[in-house]
Amino acid sequence: MLLAWLIFIPALGGFLAWPGERLGRDMPRWIALAALAAELALLIAIWAGGQGGTWLAETDRPWIPQLGIAFRLDLDGLSLVLILLTIGLGILAVAVSWNEITERVGFFHLNLLLTLAGVIGVFLALDLFLFFFLWEVMLVPMYFIIAVWGHERRVYAAIKFFIFTQGSGLLMLVAILALAFAHRAASGTFTFDYFALLGTARHSAIGFWIMLGFFIAFAVKLPAFPLHSWLPDAHTEAPTAGSVILAGVLLKTGAYGMLRFVLPLFPEAAAQFAPLAMLLGAIGVLYGAVLAFAQDDMKRLVAYSSVSHMGFVLLGIFAGTALALQGVVVEMIAHGISTGALFIVVGLLQDRLHTRDMRLLGGLFAKVPMLSAAGMVFAIASLGLPGLGNFVGEFLILLGSWEVNLPLTIVAALGLITAVIYALVFVQRALHGEPRDAAILPDLGRRETAVIAVLMAAILWLGVYPQPLFDTAAPGLADLRHPQAVHAAPAARAP
Amino acid sequence: MVSLPPTAPLILAIILFALGLAGVLVRRNLVVMLMAIEIMLNAAGLAFIAAGMRWGQADGQILFILILTLAAAEVSVGLAMILRLHYRGEPLDADLTNRLRG
Amino acid sequence: MLWLLWLVPALPLAGFAILFLTAGRLKKPAVAAIGVGSTGLSVVFAFIVTGAFLAAPPAGHAYHEVLWRWIAIGHFTPNVALRLDPLSLIMMLVVTFVGFLIHLYSAEFMEADEGYSRYFAWLNLFMAAMLVLVLAANLLLLYAGWEGVGLCSYLLIGFWYRDPANGRAARKAFIVTRIGDTAFILGIIYLFLSLGTLDIAALMDRARQAWPVGSGMADLAAALLLGGALGKSAQLPLQTWLPDAMAGPTPVSALIHAATMVTAGVYLIARTHVLFMLAPPVQLAVAAVGAATLLLAAFSALNQHDLKRIIAYSTISQIGYMFLALGVGAWTAAIFHFMTHAFFKSLLFLAAGAVMMRIGDEHDIFRMGGLWRRLPVAFLTFLAGAVSLSALPIISAGFYSKDIILLAAWQSGPSGPGLWAAGFVAAFLTALYIFRAVFIVFFGPMHTTPTSRYGWRIVVPLSILSVLALVGGLVETPAWLGGIAAFSNLLAPALPAYRGMAAGSAAQATVMAVDAFIAVFGVTIAYFAFLRRPALVTRLVTAPAARALSRFWLAGWGFDWLYDRVLVRPFVGLARLNRGDVIDAFYSGVAFANCAANKLLSETVNGRLRWYSAWLAAGSLAAIAIMMFA
Repeated sequence: MLLAWLIFIPALGGFLAWPGERLGRDMPRWIALAALAAELALLIAIWAGGQGGTWLAETDRPWIPQLGIAFRLDLDGLSLVLILLTIGLGILAVAVSWNEITERVGFFHLNLLLTLAGVIGVFLALDLFLFFFLWEVMLVPMYFIIAVWGHERRVYAAIKFFIFTQGSGLLMLVAILALAFAHRAASGTFTFDYFALLGTARHSAIGFWIMLGFFIAFAVKLPAFPLHSWLPDAHTEAPTAGSVILAGVLLKTGAYGMLRFVLPLFPEAAAQFAPLAMLLGAIGVLYGAVLAFAQDDMKRLVAYSSVSHMGFVLLGIFAGTALALQGVVVEMIAHGISTGALFIVVGLLQDRLHTRDMRLLGGLFAKVPMLSAAGMVFAIASLGLPGLGNFVGEFLILLGSWEVNLPLTIVAALGLITAVIYALVFVQRALHGEPRDAAILPDLGRRETAVIAVLMAAILWLGVYPQPLFDTAAPGLADLRHPQAVHAAPAARAP
Repeated sequence: MVSLPPTAPLILAIILFALGLAGVLVRRNLVVMLMAIEIMLNAAGLAFIAAGMRWGQADGQILFILILTLAAAEVSVGLAMILRLHYRGEPLDADLTNRLRG
Repeated sequence: MLWLLWLVPALPLAGFAILFLTAGRLKKPAVAAIGVGSTGLSVVFAFIVTGAFLAAPPAGHAYHEVLWRWIAIGHFTPNVALRLDPLSLIMMLVVTFVGFLIHLYSAEFMEADEGYSRYFAWLNLFMAAMLVLVLAANLLLLYAGWEGVGLCSYLLIGFWYRDPANGRAARKAFIVTRIGDTAFILGIIYLFLSLGTLDIAALMDRARQAWPVGSGMADLAAALLLGGALGKSAQLPLQTWLPDAMAGPTPVSALIHAATMVTAGVYLIARTHVLFMLAPPVQLAVAAVGAATLLLAAFSALNQHDLKRIIAYSTISQIGYMFLALGVGAWTAAIFHFMTHAFFKSLLFLAAGAVMMRIGDEHDIFRMGGLWRRLPVAFLTFLAGAVSLSALPIISAGFYSKDIILLAAWQSGPSGPGLWAAGFVAAFLTALYIFRAVFIVFFGPMHTTPTSRYGWRIVVPLSILSVLALVGGLVETPAWLGGIAAFSNLLAPALPAYRGMAAGSAAQATVMAVDAFIAVFGVTIAYFAFLRRPALVTRLVTAPAARALSRFWLAGWGFDWLYDRVLVRPFVGLARLNRGDVIDAFYSGVAFANCAANKLLSETVNGRLRWYSAWLAAGSLAAIAIMMFA
């Protein structure tokens, strides 16, 4: 039952933080931090007491037994690292909204924590109905975060976000039901259990279409070209904490869904679809990078860079080799850190300058050197410098995709060049150049320095010593690849 | 007694209903429209009675009583609203009183 | 003592970490102590390790040190591991020693700059990355160092970030080299997938066993690596970034864009020479690229007004010589020329910097002149560098290394004479352009008045480098000058020796004599053309055809123009055009269509009772009609 608490603790924390507002303006923040700290402690306890093997812990209770729906949660290495990322970024999101969110603080933290609870649930749920339920749970509070605390065009962005994800969620619901019905037709029992459904689609005539339903839902969330269009608006208009959670965590649910559901449930259909999916990934890499280069709004630039990075993730997922999947995991974590950090930096700049428009910026290095250095470090991480996390992910994805689809690998590799262009243009336009005015701005405060330092340490750690991450994720990834046909690790062909 | 063909009252009902509908559509005065609706309701009632007669069952008359009740309720509510409008000094023109549109 | 090897890159890295984390809060003397001190200690340890290595060479003449496991997934197991063999030993010594001298020089040169701490932080980071590059035991770690030096190059070119032009130059350098780097990373992937390892030594063994000479796979692998080398070493067609890179502080140009980083491509090819020997077409391409580059760059150097750009084009040209050497299989000669070039080219930059810092940061040689009396230190050291660069016989280090390269080119088979001719013409041009600079800057009428004097931190590095630039070549001399072969003997376990040097035919002797003569001839011509009879040159270059040609050479043969039209503008134009994201326009279209439909249907909700009832009646009638007739 411990796993259920992983979902309940943030939710409970949220419902405590809401009224907690009456005890003081910072009370909800402290409650949220306490809840996340408890969550972290619980997760580490579960990890330490893991039962060995692929699944570190599991919970299985009947929920709506008449329909074969269970409250089934399972934790493997992949889920574990993603939940760790979620909690970490959640704590940082609370920290960065300390000064930024001043209205309806309690309600904000309720929404933040409910989103996190939904995301954590998504990473745990292995009953498809429960998965869908939690998928929706993380959506609604995020809608409020954007719509209530966002910037200028927040309502537009929030509605766009909602329609895209809700519409694609509907497709997924249809696909889930179709899968369950196909399973009943084949075996006579009605169930939403992941493990029971593993072999179902293989014998179903409409397996490909069911797979497509899942794929589109996850591709919207990822987001994959050409379903990415909600992302720049949502990221740009959301408050900093919202952007961090969106980019750092919510996008990963799309990639996680593909890894957890699309590949193992529909091995044949996914293999059949892989060239197209990889093509979308490769296009996304370049398309996102070129668009990022053309933006004037810093947040939009970072948002489009996410599209580019997620293109790598899509490429790696459908390449499906051990190296590529490990690369995908690193890329997801590294992207969560580096892009989350960039959003934080941009948010801090906006706090000070009240604009995100790079046409009005410049010369910040002279005014806020530490903040600018932080922006530069994460921009450099984003362009894939070896020694920082993103490089490991992108390199492994390219390495793992080469033998699956060489032309697309080369196309995606061109993304390494375009990434340099947008990252350096960001550095130049925002941070370098002559200062625009003589106004004196405060540099990083103590809390802000701590946030940035944690993120820098994390991205550096991923770059120079990612092995613990590989070891944690490896058993789960091996299981995901198991149903698939032969994808042997690239064996040495040398004599 | 001349036996009436069962279609005759139905034709009369149709004529009455059409007259009532025409009244609703053509006239703009709310009072006249209310009267036209009454005519349409009575046409429906007549059709019920004719049908009851044709099948030799009381259901038609029962339904006519129901319609009568309905019509009374409708007229009382409708007239009350018309009176309110009148006291507020607004014209009793159906085309002008459309502020409750969706 | 060999285990101390890890300290060599770690010390500058620690220096960087301290300077970065203190974020400019340290006082300048402390910054200098950390920045210069960490590199100095690194030199000390480099010498200790060298001593240990030479005293008792480890088995196979290579010392392998695994620091920690980097990535291990299945068969893919690159470690963070260092490898010291004679080749990396020489690279390490040159990098640390020249790097240390330039750090010392910088401590005074940059003293007045507000970004003192930032400067030393980046410079230390550069040293660490460069040392990782040369000491890496596997290609992935080498690539990490490779990108690291690229980053530092970017940061230091754009060091004076207030001027957007510097930022543009820095960006250009990073992006152009990144194009080569992408080929390099693809080459690394290809090598791993074909041979199953990234450890350089194992990789070379397996390549030798698995691939026959001239196999297509070896060609592809070598070509991809060559792509990386071309970008980093500023060879055709990726040479355009280096002249612009002169926007950075002069010591940076000396360290990164002359002595160390730009020669990384040479190191890479030498390191993986087995692959290139298995791929004769690619090796020939190396030679051809080198020959073409050294000629083109030499012509461009002849026309520059900016002292630093002259030296920058000269660097491109000299690296062309190294590529030529690599291409004709004279591996040790390439590394030898790398070493002498590191001495004389960093010397030229530092001396030029010493000149410019005293005349108000003036770069235009035509506004200098007659400075030799006022700035004797700068003059003598610059002269030593120029002598070595023009390879004046016997008295300069450059002579010994360039001599071997030209001879090797001559003897390299059917294409040999052509390659030699390119190198020969460029040797003449080299002497011409550098002594043009010497005569215009230091002789003739004075246009500026220098101020103040140099401190020891500038004089000492200049003096040491001058000595090295003059006598540093004596570790390897031709047969008629004693036949010392210390350098090639040291390198023998790492690089195949160049054969053919010993043969003493008449043709060979003639070639060597001509090579020696041409430099002297170049200097003489420069003396007459730029000092004795400048009017002649003036008349020559004012002829219309010559002016056009001169402008063309000044602009580096129009490569920038071409790339701007073919690559940059289309890319920027496309990006601008699609700034609003066409995909989003599609979704906006869907949303708009929905809104329009909503508006259309809203029209029917007008609140008119009679309108509603008419539609009600019409609908009922239609329904009845459908029931009756359908």
